[in-house]
Amino acid sequence: MKLLDVKVGEIVKVKNNRAQDYLKERFLALGLTSGAQVEVLRKGPKNNLTVYRIRGAMIALRSEESDLIEVY
Amino acid sequence: MGLTAESVKVKLKEIYEISKDEDQYVVALAGNPNTGKSTVFNYLTGLNQHTGNWPGKTVVSARGEFKHNSNDYILVDLPGSYSLFSASKDEEVARDFICYGNYDAVVVVADATCLERNLNLVFQISKITNKVILCINLIDEARRKNISIDKEGLEKELNIPILLTAARKGEGMKELKEKIEKIVLNKDSRDEVESTLYFQQDAEVREEITESNYNYAKELKEKYVKEDAKKLNRDKKIDDIVTSKIFGIPIMLSLLGLIFWITIQGANYPSQLLSNILFGFHETLTNIFIRLQVNDFIRGVLLDGVYLGLAWVVSVMLPPMAIFFPMFTLLEDLGYLPRIAFNVDHLFKKARAHGKMCLTMCMGFGCNAAGVIGCRIIDSPRERLIAIITNNLVPCNGRFPLTIVLSAAFFAYSGSFIDSIIPAISITLLVIIGVFATLVVSYLLSKTLLKGVPSTFTLELPPYRAPQVGRVIYTSIIDRTIFVLFRAIVVAAPAGAVTWLLANIYLGDMSILIYIANFLEPLGKAMGLDGFILLAFIAGFPANEIVIPVLLMAYMSTGSLIDFESVESLKNVLLANGWTGLTALNVMLFSLLHWPCSTTLWTIKKETGSLKWTFAAFIIPTTIAFAVCFITASLYKLIF
Repeated sequence: MKLLDVKVGEIVKVKNNRAQDYLKERFLALGLTSGAQVEVLRKGPKNNLTVYRIRGAMIALRSEESDLIEVY
Repeated sequence: MGLTAESVKVKLKEIYEISKDEDQYVVALAGNPNTGKSTVFNYLTGLNQHTGNWPGKTVVSARGEFKHNSNDYILVDLPGSYSLFSASKDEEVARDFICYGNYDAVVVVADATCLERNLNLVFQISKITNKVILCINLIDEARRKNISIDKEGLEKELNIPILLTAARKGEGMKELKEKIEKIVLNKDSRDEVESTLYFQQDAEVREEITESNYNYAKELKEKYVKEDAKKLNRDKKIDDIVTSKIFGIPIMLSLLGLIFWITIQGANYPSQLLSNILFGFHETLTNIFIRLQVNDFIRGVLLDGVYLGLAWVVSVMLPPMAIFFPMFTLLEDLGYLPRIAFNVDHLFKKARAHGKMCLTMCMGFGCNAAGVIGCRIIDSPRERLIAIITNNLVPCNGRFPLTIVLSAAFFAYSGSFIDSIIPAISITLLVIIGVFATLVVSYLLSKTLLKGVPSTFTLELPPYRAPQVGRVIYTSIIDRTIFVLFRAIVVAAPAGAVTWLLANIYLGDMSILIYIANFLEPLGKAMGLDGFILLAFIAGFPANEIVIPVLLMAYMSTGSLIDFESVESLKNVLLANGWTGLTALNVMLFSLLHWPCSTTLWTIKKETGSLKWTFAAFIIPTTIAFAVCFITASLYKLIF
C-alpha cells in the first residue's frame, strides 16, 4: 500500500521509499526510514497536501510525494 | 566527481576557516529548523539578526560575539538542517562547516517537544567531533505539554553534556556558557574520522546509518522522555480549524483584514498628532528663517522641500508600521506562517511555483528586498527565479500608507463603523489581486521562459508557541520599523528638495515640473491617471513611501507640501486636480503592480547575478501595471 492511500486517522509503518536523490535523502532525514510509524492527521484544501505525524513532528507532503512511500 | 575527498577537504577548509584573534574561540550553533536556534544565538550575543530571515529560518549563517569569564567567543549560527546527508543549499552550509570549520565547540540545539527527530542530527555530529554540547531547548513548551525529559539518564547514555534550556526566557543560558567554556578549554583535538562519509555518494550506506540512528533515537525517547498524549493533541486541535478545508482560507483572509483594520484605526490618532506637531514646527521654523533673513530660495528648499517631505513621511508612515510590524511578527512567532503555506499550496502548485514561495511573499509584506533575499530558501533555481521576479507583486509596507489614505478618502463616505472597515477591506482586496497576479505570472513564466514542473516539497508545521510579546515588539520596532523608516527618510529628504526645485525653477512661464507633467499627461490620461501621478511614481523609484508627498507637492501651485490635517483636506486637493474614484482606484492598482523600488532591484541583481532577470523583474510588473490601469480606464469610459 502507498502512504497516499492511507485514510485520515490511521497509523501505518513505512516499508520503503521509492524517491530518488535529494528527495530520498530528505525523506530519510525527516525520519521516514523503514519501520517508522506514520499517523495520517489531516488532508488540506483540494486534497493536495496531507499532514502526517512523523517522529513526533507534523509534516505536510504533497500527493506526488506520499505516492512514493510504501507502507504496511 | 573529479574531486577527491582530500581535495574537497582542503578547499572547504579554506572557505570555512573563520578568521579570529588568537584568544578567541569559535562556537557553532547547529540544529533542526524551528528549534529556537536563533533565539539562543540572540540571547548569547545580544544581537538581533532578523533582517532577511523569518524566525525559524537562518538563510545565511550569522555571526556574533560574546564574552564569558574573560574569554572571547565567536558564535556562528548555521542554517537549520535535518541531517548532514540531505543537502539543500542552506543545509550544505551547515554540513560543510560542521565537517571542516575551525570551531572549538558545536552546540546542537534540539526541540524538547520533538526529541526523536532531533536526535538524528546529534548522532551525526557526535560522529564528527567530540566537542559537542546538546542544548535541549523549548523546555518551557515541553513542560506546558507535560513532557518530561530525564536529562541525567540521557547524558549518561550519550556521553555528551546536555542542557535543558528555554532561551526565550534565558533559562539555562548561563549554564550553557559554562559548558561551552569547559569544552573549548579542553585541549583534546577534534577527531575527523568519519567526516569524509558525508561527501561520498554511497546512498545505501547513508540509508543504513539513518535507519539505525532513528531506531536508536526512538529507543532513547521511549526510555527517557515521558509524554502526555492528551496534551500532545493541542496543536492538532487548533490545526483542525486553522488549516481545515472550509475555514482555512477564510480565517487567513479575516486575520489579514483584522491586522489591517487595527493598523489603520490605531494609526489614525498618532498620525494626526505627529503631523500637528511636525507641521506646526514648520511654521515656527519659517518664522525663525524669516527673522534671520535667510534667502527665500534656501528657505524654500530646506523647509518647504526637505522638511515637509520628511514630516509627511514620518507622520504617515511611522504609526502604521509601528503597529503592523509587531502584529505580523506576532503571527510569525506563533507559528502561523507555515499554516498559510499549507492552506494555499494547491494554488501555488497549479501555478507551477514552489510551495515555499508563499513564505517569501509574506516576507515581502514587510519589505520586498527582504523577500527577495528570503527566496534563498527555495532550492530549485527555476522556482527561485519565479519567486524573486514576482515578489514585488506583494505590496510592501512602503505602499500601504498610500492605499490606506486613498481608500479612506475616496471609498469611505460617512465615518460610520462600516466606513472604518472599508480601507482594511480595500487593502485586503489589493493583496488578493497581488497574489492573483503573482500566480498568473508564475504560471506564464513556467510555461515560457522558465519551463518546468514544481519541485518536491516537504513542509513542517512546527508546534504553536506562545509568542514573547515583549521581544516581538522590541525586535519588530528596532529591526523593521526603524530600518524601513530610516531608509524612507534618507530618500525623502533629497526627493523633497528636488521636487521643490523642479516646481520652483521656471523655464519661461512654466516650472520644470509642469513641463515634465505635461509631457507625461497623455500617457497618464490613457491609464486613468495623470502626468503628475506618473511623475510622482517615477520620483518614488528610490522608495515608494514618497509617492504621495511628491504628488501633493507637485499639485500645490506653490510647489510646497500642504499640511496633512485630515483625509478631507487631502481629498479636496485631489478633487481640485480632477481626481475621480477611478483615479484613486488606478493609483492604488498602479502602486501595487508597478516596478520594484531601486533597493529591491539592486537586491534582485545581487541575488540572481543576472541583468537579464533583473530587467525581467522590472518590465513584467511594469507591463502589468500599465495594462491593468489601461483596461480599468477603458472600461470606466465605456460604462460612464
